[in-house]
Amino acid sequence: MSETVHIEATVNGRDRAFEVAANHTLLDVLRDQLGLTGTKECCVVGECGACTVVVDGIPMNSCLMLAVEIDGRDVTTVEGLAADGHLNALQQAFLDVSAPQCGFCIPGQLMSAHALLQRNADPTIDDVHEALGGNLCRCAGYLQITEAVMVAAEAGRQ
Amino acid sequence: MKEFSYERPESLEEALQVLGANGSEAEILAGGTDLVIAMRDRYAQPKVVVDIKHIAEFSPSLTWDGDTVTLSPTATMSEVVADEGINTHFPALAEAAVVVGSVQIRNRATLLGNICNGSPAADTAPPLLAYDATIVVAGSEGTRKIPIDDFIVGPGRTDLREGEIAIAIELAVPPRLVGSAYERMTRRRGTDLASVTLCATVDDAGVTQVAYGSVGPRAWLKTDETGVLADPAASSEAKAAVYEEMFVDASPSVRSMRASPDYRRAMLRVLGARAVGRATERLQKLQGVS
Repeated sequence: MSETVHIEATVNGRDRAFEVAANHTLLDVLRDQLGLTGTKECCVVGECGACTVVVDGIPMNSCLMLAVEIDGRDVTTVEGLAADGHLNALQQAFLDVSAPQCGFCIPGQLMSAHALLQRNADPTIDDVHEALGGNLCRCAGYLQITEAVMVAAEAGRQ
Repeated sequence: MKEFSYERPESLEEALQVLGANGSEAEILAGGTDLVIAMRDRYAQPKVVVDIKHIAEFSPSLTWDGDTVTLSPTATMSEVVADEGINTHFPALAEAAVVVGSVQIRNRATLLGNICNGSPAADTAPPLLAYDATIVVAGSEGTRKIPIDDFIVGPGRTDLREGEIAIAIELAVPPRLVGSAYERMTRRRGTDLASVTLCATVDDAGVTQVAYGSVGPRAWLKTDETGVLADPAASSEAKAAVYEEMFVDASPSVRSMRASPDYRRAMLRVLGARAVGRATERLQKLQGVS
């Protein structure tokens, strides 16, 4: 039996206290323990970005973090973007420009883009490429994904 | 991932006790971008994982004191990239840190971890060698300071002994004017391991240093005191002879999937010329030459 650790963290705005196994990654716990399956498991070596979540405002690969490491911290997953049943501007922009094709990488793309727009409301295309450089899309819908982030940034500034 | 117990010391003393008590059964967790993969793939199977991010002595992670910057084990690549002083005085280190992995990786991966992990392809090894960084190591018998050239040993190996922990990287702004630049070769832009890494420094006395990695078991530092590489008027034949001598330690693996030995050797010369060229331009700017 693996050691379990009691942790307290804010997940998508809600304060939670729960036990996690020391050898479980944040990705494991989000998906299997908290039921937040929007965050995807893909390469599990930190190359694809499908598991990206935002911790204290900073995008990170949840497959490369132990769940115990979020103790005392604030985690946002893709489920935390919509409010009151409405997509946020970024999600809406992804839909409007048809950025998702198969959709598997989109939660990670959204979280990287979300973190970018939180700290830079007026990004250049190069800023978007840099911020989303760690998120692979094997449908290769990069043009539309970049466009969606620029559209959302524009909408956010109005 | 195999089972382990998780320790989160809040002081260096507490961390050393845990490391001393567990010896080779303990692994240190900072950014985790190498360790978590190693544990999942089972080539690391620690009994104890020691998370060092809550150690009081390691905060703040980056401190300037006069002409010396000290980076603690919690200093991430993103913090290195964002620091104005590092961009001013150690631009090649910022250039190396900013190409490590992706934004997500750089937000977690630490500078000290990049060195302690011991990868021959570590992006930050060549600039830290060229800037003559010092690694500070703590153990039960006190601390020792090790020049990075002695700290780096080989693939996955450093001078760190059982029960010890690397607690800082120190970089001192050199007394002379120095221009520097970092270059790397990858298969694609974005997340990739380097096929060749190279950092050049050129100082106002005409001394050129070239540190290169990912072409053998470790990164090497070489010095040209003849002034040939720093001399824009020197012939390309004369420079080629100096590079030839510098790159003598390159021994690229034939088994690597990233690039063939011949390609890596050829690219060393290309990156060497590029980096020395950019370093020379930076030196001239510092000297006020237009």
